[in-house]
Amino acid sequence: MATVIPRIDVGDNYKEKYGFFDPEKFVFKAKRGLNADVVKEISWMKNEPEWMTKFRLRALQTFEKKEMPTWGADLSVIDFQNIYYYLKSTEKQGKTWDDVPADIKNTFDRLGVPQAERKFLAGVAAQYESEVVYHSLHKELESKGVIFTDTDSALRQYPDLFKEYFGTIIPPADNKLAALNSAVWSGGSFIYVPKGVKVEIPLQAYFRINAENMGQFERTLIICDEDSFVHYIEGCTAPIYTTDSLHSAVVEIIVKRGARCRYTTVQNWSTNVYNLVTKRAVAYGDATMEWVDGNLGSQITMKYPSIYLMEPGAKGDVLSVAFAGKGQHQDAGGKAVHVAPNTSSNIVSKSISKNGGRTSYRGLVKVYPGAKNSKSFVRCDALLLDEQSRSDTYPTTEVDEPQVRIGHEATVSKVSDEQLFYLQSRGITRAEAETMIVNGFIEPFTKELPIEYAVELNRLIQLEMIGSVG
Amino acid sequence: MAMRRRRTELALNSAAVGKLTEVMADFEIKDLRVSVEGREILKGVSLAVNKGEVHAVMGPNGSGKSTLSHTLMGHPNYKVVGGQVLFKGKDILTLPTEQRAKLGMFLALQYPVVVPGITMSNFLRTAINAKRGFDGKDKSKSINVKEFRALLKNEMSVLRMDDSFLSRYVNEGFSGGEKKRAEILQMAVLKPEIAILDETDSGLDIDSIKFVSDAVNKMRGPELGVLIITHYTRVLKFIKPDYVHVLVNGEFVRSGGPELADWLEAKGYSEWVKEPDKAPAALEAR
Repeated sequence: MATVIPRIDVGDNYKEKYGFFDPEKFVFKAKRGLNADVVKEISWMKNEPEWMTKFRLRALQTFEKKEMPTWGADLSVIDFQNIYYYLKSTEKQGKTWDDVPADIKNTFDRLGVPQAERKFLAGVAAQYESEVVYHSLHKELESKGVIFTDTDSALRQYPDLFKEYFGTIIPPADNKLAALNSAVWSGGSFIYVPKGVKVEIPLQAYFRINAENMGQFERTLIICDEDSFVHYIEGCTAPIYTTDSLHSAVVEIIVKRGARCRYTTVQNWSTNVYNLVTKRAVAYGDATMEWVDGNLGSQITMKYPSIYLMEPGAKGDVLSVAFAGKGQHQDAGGKAVHVAPNTSSNIVSKSISKNGGRTSYRGLVKVYPGAKNSKSFVRCDALLLDEQSRSDTYPTTEVDEPQVRIGHEATVSKVSDEQLFYLQSRGITRAEAETMIVNGFIEPFTKELPIEYAVELNRLIQLEMIGSVG
Repeated sequence: MAMRRRRTELALNSAAVGKLTEVMADFEIKDLRVSVEGREILKGVSLAVNKGEVHAVMGPNGSGKSTLSHTLMGHPNYKVVGGQVLFKGKDILTLPTEQRAKLGMFLALQYPVVVPGITMSNFLRTAINAKRGFDGKDKSKSINVKEFRALLKNEMSVLRMDDSFLSRYVNEGFSGGEKKRAEILQMAVLKPEIAILDETDSGLDIDSIKFVSDAVNKMRGPELGVLIITHYTRVLKFIKPDYVHVLVNGEFVRSGGPELADWLEAKGYSEWVKEPDKAPAALEAR
């Protein structure tokens, strides 16, 4: 089965391709800053049911009460009053590509989304600022009862299903940023896969932040009913701006008995974005949850996809890659919470630091009493490309059950002279050789991606590697 | 220039160099002195290799053989303290490693390096493209899939390697024989003009040594000069050298024709080293 690899060239024309920004064009822009009026206005604009307005307002109170987390990256520079919390960039949501306004379409054209869709995608939901402007779903999936829509529409169209699960996995009080998201959320993806339905092709969304000082607070909810399967992919790219933006998403996933869900992210926000995301899944009996999480961009990322293994046989995997260049801090990792017996988790983290960049692995493995015969394995590999860069590992293991198998392995390595010499002796330049070694290092991650994402990731790495030399 | 080329008479100990300066060999090492961690390992080595010739450099452990091979290819741990290496009108000692490769040099390593996560196929293609000057932009310079497959198929059959080999990571989990075959495969597809084979026979079983030698012999010809670096004479039974040079303690102590290898097989290096490596060939042959 030969798959044609689309050429995604981000070699020399990155700025042109991803760094462009369109003049802001919006129907509605909330006032800068955050207060109850802004929250009410957002809810009113969206024509939401009362329970959601109340939910938002309660979340705002929680946000105001909660302290900023201080245990991770330095977040002190974020000024919550200097952010626009809601922009609606077009009045109507387009159902087909033709309905999408030209300038927005242009943006997505440059990102290559529709091309990708034409290939083999089941559906594309591309989030442009706060509203999902384009969304389509393969007819066949629709007929099987699969729901793939933006979260705002889901609230309107599937109110009962929505209310049953929304905010149950990550309540607003979970942390300050989850509370913030709960108060001002907009957009995101909503997926429901009915019992026994296997969605064989990945569902994809492409998120972008366009406006300056614009927060992005998408909210994603995925429900995999019993024995179903879905693979959801999000790619994130933000244009380059001189002032900072905040991206703070909440992703909740429910994987019911025997189901399997994979959630893949390739995050390449520009290096002034604060990317503070709460992602959590619950997996029930014999269910499998897989987080595949790649972080290349942003100034600061704090993200620890978690899996709660609720019933016997549940399985969780977190596979993550972080690349930190100059001025970047990638604080990422994973959490596995073993609540039931015979559950297993596997966390693999790979990080690369270059030009003074900093990566941290922060992870938690928790085993509750009675979760007998649980297994967990954590592996962190760090690759340092120079003396200025830094990598730390902060693993936490809390085990309250003696009958378990827990493993942890960590390695820190440098690109070896022998490897460089070997590759160079075959005519490959030093910069190319380093890129190859880095791409090889993250190969366990890359090979889990659909081919066009893998190609894009390799090219982004190449760009990071070569771009930072000059 | 090929027709009137003067065959370098045996080879050059330092005294002979002077006489030959007027006629340039294709690849010329002149009075090369190299130190490692402050200690001089090569103490003025000269050697001229023409395309079409196979030279064997033999020597006991610690004589400087690997220093020679690594220095020629530009390994950063080896500091050149004197001399020149002339190839295509350039002193290649001033060039970075990859430029030497692009110019037509190749080193088959004694201990090929593992590169995790990079498939042999990717590695070979990248190397071929690098040699062709493909910089990621001008597609016409890169090897296309069909050409690549055809090239590999041919060379891999000579080396008795199957297709699964291409999807394995570079040298990861390779047996000794597989590593060496992989080195020779790289040589075959990169088509160097000067190839240095560093202890290519070490760690090889007799079948592998035969496949590897067949492949090298197939490449022999007027466009390729070969420098075989070896401790033992065994490989020279399969790849017949035109010249043999004995390196001891950082200097060439004797040069001769293929018969010198036979002589070494009988006598070992006992003439030069106190603790002689006894009958090395016999030992290996067991």
